Amino acid sequence: MNRMIRGKAWTFGNDIDTDVIIPARYLVTNDEKELGKHCMEDIDPGFTKKIDNGDVIVGGENFGCGSSREHAPIAFKGAGISCVIASSFARIFFRNAINIGLPIFVCPEAAREIIQGDIISVDPSKGTITNETRDREYSTSPFPPFLQQLIATGGLTAYVREKIQHKGKD
Amino acid sequence: MGKTLAQAIIEAHSDDKADIGNICQVKVDFAFANDITAPPAIRSFRDMGAEKVFDSERCAILPDHFTPNKDIASAQQAMEGRKFAREQQMLYWEVGRVGVEHAFLPEKGYILPGDIVMGADSHTCTGGTLGAFSTGVGSTDLAAVWATGESWLMVPPTIKVIFHGERPEWITGKDMVLALLGKIGVQGARYKALEFHGEALGNLPLDDRFSISNMAVETGAKAGLFVPDAKILTYAEKRASRSFNPIYPDQDAQYEQIVEIDVESMEPLVAAPHLPSNVHRAKEFSQVEIDQVFIGSCTNGRLRDIEMAASILKGRKIHERVRCMIIPASYEVYSEAMKRGYLEIFASAGAAICTPTCGPCLGGHMGILAAGEKCVSTSNRNFIGRMGHTESEVYLSSPLVAAASAVTGRITDPREMEEQE
Ligand code: SF4
Repeated sequence: MNRMIRGKAWTFGNDIDTDVIIPARYLVTNDEKELGKHCMEDIDPGFTKKIDNGDVIVGGENFGCGSSREHAPIAFKGAGISCVIASSFARIFFRNAINIGLPIFVCPEAAREIIQGDIISVDPSKGTITNETRDREYSTSPFPPFLQQLIATGGLTAYVREKIQHKGKD
Repeated sequence: MGKTLAQAIIEAHSDDKADIGNICQVKVDFAFANDITAPPAIRSFRDMGAEKVFDSERCAILPDHFTPNKDIASAQQAMEGRKFAREQQMLYWEVGRVGVEHAFLPEKGYILPGDIVMGADSHTCTGGTLGAFSTGVGSTDLAAVWATGESWLMVPPTIKVIFHGERPEWITGKDMVLALLGKIGVQGARYKALEFHGEALGNLPLDDRFSISNMAVETGAKAGLFVPDAKILTYAEKRASRSFNPIYPDQDAQYEQIVEIDVESMEPLVAAPHLPSNVHRAKEFSQVEIDQVFIGSCTNGRLRDIEMAASILKGRKIHERVRCMIIPASYEVYSEAMKRGYLEIFASAGAAICTPTCGPCLGGHMGILAAGEKCVSTSNRNFIGRMGHTESEVYLSSPLVAAASAVTGRITDPREMEEQE
């Protein structure tokens, strides 16, 4: 998760729900690429055709509210979105994104000020977001230590794998 | 400092101290997925190198979303879950014996007072009615629970919701939770727990309480908890699949906020498109003509909901313009509704009665909306495109409002029906 991120911003409002991130009619697969094709199409038809690999989603409050479908952050990854910046995240989306390795950043100032099309870069290790177009820099709210450790281990899957292997040796 | 119910349950399941904001490793009593969320969970489970679920009697898969299989892709997906459940000898119920997970699991006594329950479905919070810390997670989180029997939880602050006054006859649990949503909004309780109190709960049937806990997630909450009372304990004791220990909040528990709702002055409500918090009196929309009514889902597909619908539809006809789908949320509800003659009432009224499934609630099958169509639904979400075309509209309501609207063909306050008589 510590790779540098750079891309164009696509901005959305408050309460972006998982039904618009990936509508239920596509939940007959969990294939990343397949889900990626339909990402955000109910709120912005043709979205995935407009974006470039590495682009950044910027949302308002309560991003990812609604269903627990892990398919939502998976769809962003499949569409080539490099990260989501928002004022706040709904809790299940927050957990899911961390678990599947979609970088997310909580930063109300950045979420408020970034305008569609701005070029954004993020340094995850420093926790800084730079709006290159407007020459502004923001710091993201750091995650609690346990989550930082989880991310550093490579996400929940890797974390549990280590735990299971460790147990085997006891 | 006293503990809220959420804190007390988390602390009873953890070696960590359940101070607000702490991340606690907790033991999980029950963990389940459905036909949509099981396949990614199975994939993560394998990636974790896990071989056996932690306890086959405490792990379950329930086919309820796209089942009976709506197409080939969903059939494949359902098969994946079924095969895994067999391999792991975990709990699984087939179409014909199952129900919508959040209606079915409490009925079968798998969610019990004092439990921590995790389900790969956001409406797992429904279990809060029984005084369980029951919360939705994604598939990978669920896989971790299946693999280890544990998970992490950040201890949430709690909002105490007090429902005051005596509940009028036409006010249901659904109206009460819509009133709460109208008041605090879709993120009013984000990362928090709700704890429900107040004298209006005293004579509130359990099925109505399930509707309230069910929509806790619509306020952003992790859990929506009722404190076990005699009604809850009797229900749980009668059905329990294993022993359980009810847990209670301390008298001097610290609540982050108190929200008070006067139930006595309430009128039947609807949540208009496209947010569950867009709440108004049903009356205000009496000019809105509708195309479909859906009575069912994990919010309002229980026996009392079906009974309320029957009380309105008895001797009446569904409006000629309207398609009315009635879907009991479980087989127990279905059989009981049959025994009591409700299904007969529905058939005579001209409603379509379907087998228990989530069906149209998530725009899955059995009632997808076309562009421009309007639907009154007893479910819990009216997001853009939730039940079909992005230009369709969903109004959320109680079964009373839904059934009355099915008869008149427009959004209707059920008290109008009484006046007609
Ligand atoms: S009935 Fe609707 S809300 Fe409930 S579990 Fe099924 S899809 Fe989800």
